[in-house]
Amino acid sequence: MSESGVVSRLEIRPMSERPKSVGRPWGLPADFLFHKMAVFAAFLVAGVLFATVIAIAFDSRLSIHAFGIWKFLKSSEWNPVTQTFGAFPFIVGTLVSSTIAMVLGVPISFGVAVFIAEIAPAWIKKPVAGAIELLAAIPSIVYGLWGLLIFAPVFAKTEPWINDKLGAIPGIGLLFQGPPMGIGMLTAGIVLAIMVLPYISSIMRDVFLIVPSSLRESAYAIGATTWEVAWNIILPYTRSAVIGGIFLGLGRALGETMAVTFVIGNSNVLSSSLLMPGVTIPSVLANEFTEATTKLYVSSLIYLGLILIAVTLIVRFLAVLLIRRLGRREGAKA
Amino acid sequence: MISIYARRRSIDATSKILMGAATVIGVFFLFWILWTTLRFGVAGMHWDLFIKDTPPPGTDSFGLRNAFVGSLILLSISLLIGVPVGLMGGTWLAEYGFRSRTANVVRFINDIMLSAPSIEIGLFVYAVMVDPMGHFSGLSGSVALAVLMIPIIVRTTDEMLSLVGSDMREAAIALGAPTWVVITKVTWKAARAGILTGILIGLARITGETAPLLFTALNNQFFSKDIFHPIANIPVVIFQFALSPYSNWQQMAWAAAFITVLFVLVLSLVARWFLGKVQVPK
Repeated sequence: MSESGVVSRLEIRPMSERPKSVGRPWGLPADFLFHKMAVFAAFLVAGVLFATVIAIAFDSRLSIHAFGIWKFLKSSEWNPVTQTFGAFPFIVGTLVSSTIAMVLGVPISFGVAVFIAEIAPAWIKKPVAGAIELLAAIPSIVYGLWGLLIFAPVFAKTEPWINDKLGAIPGIGLLFQGPPMGIGMLTAGIVLAIMVLPYISSIMRDVFLIVPSSLRESAYAIGATTWEVAWNIILPYTRSAVIGGIFLGLGRALGETMAVTFVIGNSNVLSSSLLMPGVTIPSVLANEFTEATTKLYVSSLIYLGLILIAVTLIVRFLAVLLIRRLGRREGAKA
Repeated sequence: MISIYARRRSIDATSKILMGAATVIGVFFLFWILWTTLRFGVAGMHWDLFIKDTPPPGTDSFGLRNAFVGSLILLSISLLIGVPVGLMGGTWLAEYGFRSRTANVVRFINDIMLSAPSIEIGLFVYAVMVDPMGHFSGLSGSVALAVLMIPIIVRTTDEMLSLVGSDMREAAIALGAPTWVVITKVTWKAARAGILTGILIGLARITGETAPLLFTALNNQFFSKDIFHPIANIPVVIFQFALSPYSNWQQMAWAAAFITVLFVLVLSLVARWFLGKVQVPK
């Protein structure tokens, strides 16, 4: 297991079954109690997942009742004064910022993973892997603080350049036009990309390292280059877990709150440019929850949380499923 | 022929350079973030931070005492809740459930909880505690942090107990020890370095968590030890102070962030050191 809480899913288990205390058919009260406590704890752990969904769905009932499902999803009106609420800008913002994070973060994570697993000389592997894992240990509020007060001003200086160069391209140029403020959708995406990097790359690295050396060596023996081994041998072999790792990072990006709240600029107005301020579901929750005055307002915010949970739950479910699939195949062989 | 070799070799070289560059980017951002935190954090250090409470807006004094105390209270209570539940849950998986279908389902759900966005947990605890009680409270903050911490402890405990060989268990059973004694006196002891690692990682994970506290413990401008009412804490203070226009508040946010990062890094390093002591059976 790795240190950041990103735990490799490859289980090492002794093949033999657990020995049982036999010869005491009546059972001891202490044994009974201990067993029940353990069962209760395990039940609690599993139950929280369902309780989360049920409790949040229950608390959003007012808003579900008032706006329905489809209407809430596609309405862009968010007006506490008239008490009309719609989720559209928040859903779009969450998806856009996470997409940017994935577009930037996945290739970099792949590069880091291959570098650590295949290219780096032994003496450099450990410190580099440790440094990348430390990125996951930094609290998200510190990413936010750094992103707002340090990164955004620096980034604002490159934005005129982005405007000139990328903004001039017909079609996608629309995405890169706007005043150089430093904060906005693109900044949020970049900060998210750095934050998901350790999660994605450590899963990738862990699974790259379990590729049987016979496969790797045969490829090298017929003259394959390092890149060819990584792309044509290792990646296909570990595909499901690699996709699982990407989903795990996506789940993080979708639900990330503090860092995004600091740098996204918090504007409910949808804009075609990535340089403009935006908003995500977590950021509006962090910003408005304590200021929400009416029951319907609070309930609508929780409704947004329910939508977020529905999406991340599917993403996380797929992530765990895909990562485990590789682990099981390996376990069967061992 | 030669051109094919040259092309393959140049693709290989380019890819290696790009992957090296990707790694450099990752490490660069780590050092950039750590460096700024260190620079502004040390600049913001002040003795008053530890002996005075957070100042009201507009004054130029310093103080974070209430937030430090509040955070320590929140973290202690989450440990009190999270460690027993996580330890027992992991023990059930490794010792009782083992490879049964139910145990695998619980492991699967626990893995999903492991990656739960913290804001969801905050909303959950708001819905089950804050809303029924009618007001924000430190206790609900601790519960939210504990919920975030438990999956980490469950997973490490499960893995570390699974590494303990069957021979030790068999020896203890042969001596006539009942199951609960085998677990508490033999397997827990054999796996204690690993279990402790899990607890430290869990603590490191929740130390800087802010999002769930916004829905639960909230904040308190004054010194308070009352866990049934809003309580000051470092993460939310950083959030509020960083976005404020006052320069002394921003300095305090940096100082608080620096201390948080330092604490988390030390925990991570200690955890890694403990992990090095775990003996993996052949």
